[in-house]
Amino acid sequence: MAWEAPTARAVPAPPRAALTTWLGWGVLGAALVWSYHGTAADLGAVLGPEGLAQMTAYVRRLFPPDFSSALLREAAIGSAETFAISFLGTLLAVLIALILVFFASANLAFAGLLFEMERPAIRAARVLLYGGARGLLNLLRTVPEIVWAILFVFMVGLGPFPGVLALGVHTAGVLGKLFAEVLENVDPRPIEALQGTGARRLQVLAYGILPQVLPHFLSYTLYRWEVNIRVAAIMGFVGAGGLGQRIHIAISLFLEHQLLTLVLAIYALVTTVDALSAYLRRRLL
Amino acid sequence: MPPSTPPPPAVPFPGSRPSRFARVFLLLFGLTTAASWWAARVDLPTLFSREALQNALVFLVDGFPPALSSEFLLFLVRPALETVQISLLGTAVALLIGLPLGVLALRFLPYGGSRAILSLFRSVPELVWALVFVRATGLGPFPGVLAIGVAYGGVLGKVYSEIFEAVDPRPLEALQATGASRWRVFWYGMVPQAFPHLVSYTLYRWECAIRASAILGFVGAGGIGQQIEISMRMFNFGEVVTLIGILVLMVAGTDALSLRLRRRLL
Repeated sequence: MAWEAPTARAVPAPPRAALTTWLGWGVLGAALVWSYHGTAADLGAVLGPEGLAQMTAYVRRLFPPDFSSALLREAAIGSAETFAISFLGTLLAVLIALILVFFASANLAFAGLLFEMERPAIRAARVLLYGGARGLLNLLRTVPEIVWAILFVFMVGLGPFPGVLALGVHTAGVLGKLFAEVLENVDPRPIEALQGTGARRLQVLAYGILPQVLPHFLSYTLYRWEVNIRVAAIMGFVGAGGLGQRIHIAISLFLEHQLLTLVLAIYALVTTVDALSAYLRRRLL
Repeated sequence: MPPSTPPPPAVPFPGSRPSRFARVFLLLFGLTTAASWWAARVDLPTLFSREALQNALVFLVDGFPPALSSEFLLFLVRPALETVQISLLGTAVALLIGLPLGVLALRFLPYGGSRAILSLFRSVPELVWALVFVRATGLGPFPGVLAIGVAYGGVLGKVYSEIFEAVDPRPLEALQATGASRWRVFWYGMVPQAFPHLVSYTLYRWECAIRASAILGFVGAGGIGQQIEISMRMFNFGEVVTLIGILVLMVAGTDALSLRLRRRLL
């Protein structure tokens, strides 16, 4: 029998966008118009000849950057402080997150394989602990770094140290949430296998769970470090040291040449940390 | 005679001597920690001193109950809405900057210069951009919009080009085989695959923009951050707690909304 072309089936018409989709775009458009008026935005003025002239005049005032040795020393100290804030802040965050996360992930706190045989009273206590840890992580995470920085400056005084604390607690909230998600998604089979051999919970944790999750923890930590170097660079605006403090001064006193040098220092520092983090990611993961 | 199989490569026994990389890494890690400890002037005794604890206590005692008078809350409606407006319009500007530059930054196109621009835009923190724009256009929410637009434009452009490059290459090859030009391959092969991811990531950045626009007020770029700064300077901790509470609610609300939208999308 000769091969017959299959009769073409009716191609369904492409689905028409649902009413809700159109409604969504309408709401978005209205919100943008509302925002445009609310923020007194005037893109025409910025991109118009006058706005552009003003911008170029400002940019021209920034040049040449101030490369006097006194300022370069200041920029170097500021960069070192900013790096230290980001590094120690991230490290502190990992410490806090690692302590909290074992209470904040359901499968390690009260649910699932590890707690099948648990007595109800103990399980209820563990659920409470879990709720507390989750709530604490949420609080740490939703209060922005800069607000934490204000509070810690108020507590321990000016300088880079409150910046470390602020980055530490906020990032702990972020990392804790991410770590908990990783922990809750571990492959349960190694855990079952270990339980089958009679391993205790701590042994299951050490040999069944940690090997699965540590690479993810490391990857998220490196990612947050890249974020934190940028945040550490602005901590100084509220008195928490680093390059931000020098930038704040340079701007307030209209020292435009110094400002450009310091902004270049931020650029160099951020680029360096990004490259370092990418290298570590390649080597360690 | 059966062919002899090559012996399996020696697996390093766990717990044996760490590799040279590991030793160098640990050494440098320790040194960096120590140097940072010194450079950041870490001062644990001060943190746990009576004075610091007293300060924390002052904050808590003065902060609770928070300022909830109706006139203060009414007064805050405007800055809170302003923060939302800055974040929305800022993200829109970021999209306008990021999308064309991100497309030009694709590796198969000969416009490497846009990579450098994107890198500059995103490496300078938004607060610094805000300062620059406050100088250039005056105080108010508009410089906040521009700051978020430029800084996030840099981020969006980079991520957009990564999303475009991560699409399934087979439709692209098929299109190329039909003789489609580069731009047609891009438009009919890459865009349809990448679109949901582009929208999803843009929504995620909007969440971040709410947080960012809230703090831009610290340098005079409007929104709720400006109020936090003012209340903090006047040591009015009741107001500060209220403001932080509002900020937390706004951030949580945005997160929930954006999560729902993204779930529907992907």
